Amino acid sequence: MQVAETDAQLVARCREGDDDAWRELVERFSRYVYAIAVQAFRLPQSDAEDVFQEVFARAYVNLPKLRDDSAIRPWLAQLTRRLCLDTLRASAREQVGDLPEPSEVDETITNLDEALALHEALAGLPDNCREILDRFFARDESYRSIAEALDIPAGTIASRISRCLVKLRSELEGRNTPLAESGG
Amino acid sequence: MHNYDEETLANLLRTLPTPPEAWVKAAQEIPLARRGLDDIVERARADQAFREALIADLERALEGAGFESDPALAEAVRARLSL
Repeated sequence: MQVAETDAQLVARCREGDDDAWRELVERFSRYVYAIAVQAFRLPQSDAEDVFQEVFARAYVNLPKLRDDSAIRPWLAQLTRRLCLDTLRASAREQVGDLPEPSEVDETITNLDEALALHEALAGLPDNCREILDRFFARDESYRSIAEALDIPAGTIASRISRCLVKLRSELEGRNTPLAESGG
Repeated sequence: MHNYDEETLANLLRTLPTPPEAWVKAAQEIPLARRGLDDIVERARADQAFREALIADLERALEGAGFESDPALAEAVRARLSL
């Protein structure tokens, strides 16, 4: 089990030029940025890749300008949103009428905020639970591949997942705020 | 306290798929790439022959200096040196 560094602490280390902190920051927010591009804006993979790289390139350059280190998540969301819109507007494939409704985007991002906070709550679980839940739900791996990767019997995967979800719920019940309000 | 049943938790866990590993790795290497860019710019300012080579054929000059072909790097060098 590990105690996760807060977003603000991580950003502070990035500002100091700590490459390990930058790698951790990318790891922490990569799914979030990716999900905004492909779920909220439904970008094809090639455009999503361009947006993904540009978001982190701009984040790296502009991190010193971030006024509130704990606001990294909404800042990245806004940056991703802006770049997705630029991409859609610039694309000859899309007409302006095809742009997603801002309210739909807001709703999707709110859901992603909740999902990211839940993902961060996984850090409070034992390593084996974190790994099995992530592989099954987020990476969409089969029982067999999880069993092979973790060297455990395939027949026990379902019950392990169920037990780990119970642990995750217990972890959440130890928090005082709903997921969407947590983080940083 | 919010009540997160197992189905809700499972759905939320599914909501954040992992991006391709190569994308994440490339983003994680941004500091290294930026330092490479800084090195090129510094050398171009200090070394007239290198600067002229960059002006003549930027991609070839970069490859000659040991940098892999990278349109983003080339574009960044152009911008930094106003080529």
